Amino acid sequence: MTPLLSVRDLERRYGPRIGCTGVSFDLWPGEVLGIVGESGSGKSTLLSCLAGQQRPDAGTVTYDGRDVLAMAESDRRRLARTEWAHVHQHARDGLRMGVSAGANVGERLMATGHRHYGDIRAAALDWLGRVEIAGDRIDDRPSSFSGGMQQRLQIARNLVTGPRLVFMDEPTGGLDVSVQARLLDLLRGLVRDMGLSVIIVTHDLAVVRLLADRLMVMTGGRVVEQGLTDQVLDDPQHAYTQLLVSSVLQV
Amino acid sequence: MSDYNFAYLDEQTKRMIRRAILKALAIPGYQVPFASREMPMPYGWGTGGVQLTAACLVPDDRLKVIDQGADDTTNAVSIRAFFQRTAGVAVTTATTQATVIQTRHRIPETPLTDGQILIYQVPIPEPLRFLEPRETETRRMHALEEYGLMHVKLYEDIARHGQIATSYAYPVKVEGRYVMDPSPIPKFDNPKLSDNPAIQLFGAGREQRIYALPPWTQVVSLDFDDHPFVASKADHACDLCGARDSYLDEVVTDDVGSRMFVCSDTDHCTTRRDAGHTGRLAEVAA
Amino acid sequence: MIAVENLSKSFVLHNQGGAVITVMAGAALHVDPGECVGLTGQSGSGKSTLMRMIHGNYRVCGGSIRIAGVELAGAEPRAVMALRRDTLGYVSQFLRVLPRVPTVQVVAEPLRALGVAQEVAQARAECLLWRLNIPRRLWSLSPTTFSGGEQQRVNIARGFVHPFPVLLLDEPTASLDAQNRAVVLSLIHEAKARGAAILGIFHDAEARDAVCDRLVDVTGFTPARAT
Repeated sequence: MTPLLSVRDLERRYGPRIGCTGVSFDLWPGEVLGIVGESGSGKSTLLSCLAGQQRPDAGTVTYDGRDVLAMAESDRRRLARTEWAHVHQHARDGLRMGVSAGANVGERLMATGHRHYGDIRAAALDWLGRVEIAGDRIDDRPSSFSGGMQQRLQIARNLVTGPRLVFMDEPTGGLDVSVQARLLDLLRGLVRDMGLSVIIVTHDLAVVRLLADRLMVMTGGRVVEQGLTDQVLDDPQHAYTQLLVSSVLQV
Repeated sequence: MSDYNFAYLDEQTKRMIRRAILKALAIPGYQVPFASREMPMPYGWGTGGVQLTAACLVPDDRLKVIDQGADDTTNAVSIRAFFQRTAGVAVTTATTQATVIQTRHRIPETPLTDGQILIYQVPIPEPLRFLEPRETETRRMHALEEYGLMHVKLYEDIARHGQIATSYAYPVKVEGRYVMDPSPIPKFDNPKLSDNPAIQLFGAGREQRIYALPPWTQVVSLDFDDHPFVASKADHACDLCGARDSYLDEVVTDDVGSRMFVCSDTDHCTTRRDAGHTGRLAEVAA
Repeated sequence: MIAVENLSKSFVLHNQGGAVITVMAGAALHVDPGECVGLTGQSGSGKSTLMRMIHGNYRVCGGSIRIAGVELAGAEPRAVMALRRDTLGYVSQFLRVLPRVPTVQVVAEPLRALGVAQEVAQARAECLLWRLNIPRRLWSLSPTTFSGGEQQRVNIARGFVHPFPVLLLDEPTASLDAQNRAVVLSLIHEAKARGAAILGIFHDAEARDAVCDRLVDVTGFTPARAT
């Protein structure tokens, strides 16, 4: 077996400031990698470099044996709508608010050449069910959905093409705690059943404890610690991680 | 005549437009930017089409101008008069006689022939505009042939109306490459876009875009396997000439709901009536 | 199946002046297939620390832990993950689950992670919940609202749902009544009979005597605390 995604010495600078630097890791099929850190730690910069939204200044990203940074834009975008998925923190960034829920889910299918309306609609209906959205909402626009529903719709829209690699940016941010739990459970089931590899960026240690197999802790644009999730959280080695873990409010 | 350059625009401008036309013909369906000029008429009145016509006209051309198929509406009359005055070219209402036809929202019923130029007035050239407002993104989508979004629009139609309800400006794919807005022609006219012996030019003045279909270009209307494209029209015959195969306008004739259907293409209707064809209300109209 | 040699562990507290606390040194033990070994020692002597190191929660500072031939010291995270999925079961004292997930799914999860079909996994989970006397009406509810004893039994069901070759049991019989304790002890006996290597912490002397073949006193692994 080979890693699905290999990152080596990735660096992104904004002028003299460091976005992220010296980031290296392997992501294996079926693995969920959490990236934690505070605002400004570089975790979001790293994610957008990996997802191809920003171009890193140095380093390599290899996906399934292919050099992502050397890829033609058309190939990279094709990957982005077939084998990759990107779940944004704000559902509005990841959804088309002007078209129905069904069209939102069907878009990736149509973008990959599906031309049978009945099949596309059936797939959309199936996926709405999988993310626990009632089928009779298929023709409603996402603007009429609650925040949690929008987030689940975004997940359905992303997973309909059966991707292998999912980027998630604070997927539970801004949701009520009860809604978060349901979303996390849903994500965990999908990750397991579809064998997804996931990179999830969050500042919420509870989220990664429940979802991530492995953890990377970032501060100041650098990875200061990585390892098994419970190992990093229960036996943190780096001063920053110890501070982070000890700062969590207990309930 | 001495007050104006031939066909109003100065020669440098016409050269610029012709270069854009040549590029558009070389890349069928691709929107070529051009430096659209102010014309002595408001945007939305066909400034894009007028600039194309001005750039194409030569003194021995014979010009026809139609608006929604009619030669006798304000827009058609004004533009025709404009070129009579600024270019001194002959004008006609007969499709078969014209060398250059400027049109708004129709393709003539009479099949076009080799050597004719059909010039469309285009309000919004970008077919992806309504779903993706960012021009940077739509251009990239064209460049990378990412056209899934067009089908999203058609999907919405079917989901909402049970069928593809888009009845005009129906999107097409040109030579298997660029998705193009054929201007707001009824979808009834879409099949005429394809394999047409005439040159078809599209001009959007406000949006500063020119695109084109060279003769015999393959143009396919987008659809779904289970909801195929249908070139529909009102299910009536023309009440004046009796034609069953032409695109019809519905005209309300009084305030108690009487109505009649007439050919939108006035030249087509007139020619048929001159040849003795009559419709349901031909005598009333006479 | 479990082989611990010369194991040491210390914590460096960077946010408390870099204090180094050594909690274990020279620890050694082994557990063979079909054997149950109990850890003894006073509270705070390092039993739980040792268990967590064997489970991989705590990093190994020195020495070696080998489970079914896999060296944990310096192991790749995915090697540890694979070990936990296939080989190494762990019944902790605390139930840590996603809120709102039904109990039966919580219990079935280790099997689902191994790719066992939903129906099969669910059937096995239900069987264990039934044996552990969790009322059927609770199966579809989240265990987060259960009593301590019920949560403990859910945790045990989860640990025994897959026949793990190696099992770590942290106080599996605490807060259980006599009837349920007997069920847990029989589960342990069954696991031993199929050849599982079991390492456990049992405060309950009766339970300890009933299942443990040997005892290891961890007091000897704890270095004298500098006062």
